[in-house]
Amino acid sequence: MAATTLPTTTPRYTQAQLAAMAERRRHRIIGILMVLLGFAGFALFAVNADPAAVSTFGLNTGRTAAFRLGDLVVPTQATVIVLSSLCLFIGGYQFIRGFGKSTNAIFGLIILFFIASFLVWATGDKSINLAAMINSTLLRAVPLTLGALSGVMSERAGVVNIAIEGMMLSGALVATIAGSVTGSLWVGVAAAVLTGVLLSLFHGVLSIRYKVDQIISGTVINIFSVGITSFISAKFLSEFPQLNNPGTFRSEPIPVLSAIPLIGPILFDNNFFTYAMFVLLIVIHIALFYTRWGLRTRAVGEHPKAADTLGINVFRTRYTAVLLSGALAGFAGAYFTLGSVGRFDEGMTAGRGFIALAAMIFGNWTPFGAFGAALIFGFADSLQSRLAILNVPIPSQFLLMAPYIATMIALAGLIGRTTPPAADGKPYEKQ
Amino acid sequence: MAESVLKEILPPITEAQRRSLWRRIWEAVQLPALALFTAFVVGGLIIALSDFKVLEALADTSRRLNPIGYGLLILTAVVLVGGIAISRRPEIILNRLGFAATGRQSRWFNLIAVVLTLVAVIGLLVIIGFGHVLALAWSAVISAYGALLEGSLGNPAQIIAALQSGDARALALAFYPISESLVASTPYIFAGLAVALGFRCGLFNIGAEGQLFIGALTSVFVGYSLTGLPAIVHIPLALGAGALGGALWGFVPGFLKARVGAHEVINTIMMNYIAFRLSEWLLNGPMKRPGAVPVSPFIAEAAQLPRFFPDPIRFHLGFFIALGMAAFVWWFLFKSRWGFEIRTVGANPNAARYAGMNIAFNIILAMCLSGALAGMAGANEVLGVNYNLANAFSSGYGFDSIALALLGRSHPFGVVLAALLFGTLRSGGTRMQNVAQIPIDIIIVVQALVIAFMAAPGIIRAIYRIVKPREGEVVFTRGWGR
Repeated sequence: MAATTLPTTTPRYTQAQLAAMAERRRHRIIGILMVLLGFAGFALFAVNADPAAVSTFGLNTGRTAAFRLGDLVVPTQATVIVLSSLCLFIGGYQFIRGFGKSTNAIFGLIILFFIASFLVWATGDKSINLAAMINSTLLRAVPLTLGALSGVMSERAGVVNIAIEGMMLSGALVATIAGSVTGSLWVGVAAAVLTGVLLSLFHGVLSIRYKVDQIISGTVINIFSVGITSFISAKFLSEFPQLNNPGTFRSEPIPVLSAIPLIGPILFDNNFFTYAMFVLLIVIHIALFYTRWGLRTRAVGEHPKAADTLGINVFRTRYTAVLLSGALAGFAGAYFTLGSVGRFDEGMTAGRGFIALAAMIFGNWTPFGAFGAALIFGFADSLQSRLAILNVPIPSQFLLMAPYIATMIALAGLIGRTTPPAADGKPYEKQ
Repeated sequence: MAESVLKEILPPITEAQRRSLWRRIWEAVQLPALALFTAFVVGGLIIALSDFKVLEALADTSRRLNPIGYGLLILTAVVLVGGIAISRRPEIILNRLGFAATGRQSRWFNLIAVVLTLVAVIGLLVIIGFGHVLALAWSAVISAYGALLEGSLGNPAQIIAALQSGDARALALAFYPISESLVASTPYIFAGLAVALGFRCGLFNIGAEGQLFIGALTSVFVGYSLTGLPAIVHIPLALGAGALGGALWGFVPGFLKARVGAHEVINTIMMNYIAFRLSEWLLNGPMKRPGAVPVSPFIAEAAQLPRFFPDPIRFHLGFFIALGMAAFVWWFLFKSRWGFEIRTVGANPNAARYAGMNIAFNIILAMCLSGALAGMAGANEVLGVNYNLANAFSSGYGFDSIALALLGRSHPFGVVLAALLFGTLRSGGTRMQNVAQIPIDIIIVVQALVIAFMAAPGIIRAIYRIVKPREGEVVFTRGWGR
């Protein structure tokens, strides 16, 4: 809260100078962080590695139809040392000179190096299937990305949606019931989308029409969804198990592309939800940033009064965005039942809606940023499930905490400021 | 003497003013009461519509409908929609009939329209042959809510019989449900106060659940690791540890909000999950009692909050501590300077800033106190009820407390009343689940609806046609950014 002090004297610096100073400080901090990561790489991994050990990475997923690749074998200690030194040098350069605009990208690269050196160290004298791991990262990122897209959609129009979790949970339940009753997965998906839309209509009416605090209205939907899904599940699904057996979308390899080594099986041999996620990512990015509709939506999220003055219907724009957001969240919910396990369990979203929200913030309210964050969080999740195999002395709970801690750091503005839409969360009062 | 002087100076109290006290009480109570009532009506509808017998009878009767039946069914729908339409806009009809539609007249007309519509719809449904479906639905709702009441307050006949016999065991059994309700209310009072205090400072503390977990962790640690202390030292120490743990968990989002403007809602949600994972790790590792189950060791006997009655009655000292905290929070918020500053920051940060108040300090203070209260809720459960800590022990006290603070209008006394209500619902819900086969989750639905109605008084006003009070509604939180 920069404005807490009273402006008693004339400021010594102009706003632009202050901003430049803050930017320089930020670059310094990032440089220090990079160097610290490099040192951590040395202290944690290089020192503890056996000089003779090699790390083996499998590059083929189990079911691949693609051209099979040989395993990637690297000497453990040498690789860790190289990666950590890179962190040190790049971090030092960042601290002294700075990379300017590409700082964030470089920082992402450094984090990638650090994770890589961790993996190389952890697989010392063991082997891990890298391709399968990347694939599972992508799969775990799918619901997170869809949920984050839902958040981007409504928050860009100025309506906070913390009800992603609840909408996903309800969507998951309705998808399984509708899918089981009709025997069609597509009906299940449609029903889940519809559920999301209905819940978001409720959100919209509460927050746009009745001007209820958007966070409270989102909380209502979250609590309501937990209650009603558990109720229906306990009352009906346990009594009639045939209502909870919709089957799942099978993986559909794309003919030519899936034969590409490594990326073929990872990217082009997935089920419907993964492809839909990529399409939605591109569509929403273009719609938000390159169309008139997107410009209007963003205008409503940044400065509704100005938008209203220019003749944009603020309420209608917000309703549209919120309903689309609900549709996306419902669709994300269908993933849990129809795209992965094929049955509904109570509370099965397990806080992923909130991680999706975190991914949205981390990705700075942009679709592709959110996707990147979802990949990072998905990786932490997928790594966590492999820790036991790797026999690494890190409790899996700490890896599961990582997305939350990362979000808090991002939100604190330590690594670049996150900038929410200016009117996010503020009900619009037409004059 | 002084009194007569005062009477001379002060203007005489008019009849209108004397009524206004009662009016004010009524205005404060009517919205929560109506919100609760409506939420229970909706809950009842869900119970009735999810009852197997009702559904079977409904399907059966619908299958045997003849064309006349269908016609009557359509007529019923028309009557229902028409009745609602008329009761929404009685002024139009009244004006047609030649009345000058005053508020009182239109309210009466509205009531008559609603009652007539209900009678007509029920009558038509009975004529069509849905009578026994309605009866089944009614009995399903009555048995569910009956079990809820009996499970939370006890069986009146049993209580009277026990009182007459004076038998200790019969008395214990008869009063067991009430005592369980009070036991369940205790953490609600703490956690509700926590959320309410946050609201008063314009902060939405969704993190009560996580703070509660951390409070339970720290207090159970102090409870089992220290031995040989007298109870008079050990209990305050363990409770204080719980408060401290919760305060720490509240401090982080408070500090981030005050210093960099990061929104407390996101941060408290994140802190919740960090707390869950942390407790999972601690209970599976450092704090695990020897054995297969991830449970902490039992706390020392000296750290247990004393119980007043023999088993199975678990009513313990924590209840009175909670009431004491409610009184303290009331004093703090409304009688102390710090509380005044916190409320000013919550009501109007700009005014607070220009009055020279330290906004950052007040936000951090409010979050710490809020966290401490939530932490005490966890400590209370550990020290008074469970005596140890298992994974996922809280099952939603922290989240329910949001509904509770809203229902209690963020006032400590309101919070106590709402907490007593939620405690009875929680303990009665178990019986409802066992006896009437209604999953306890219906109570969560009712709570969600209560939040919705309390946060959007417009809905309740629209349904019951209540005039908006003069003073504005309370603002709870602000938007994302700063």
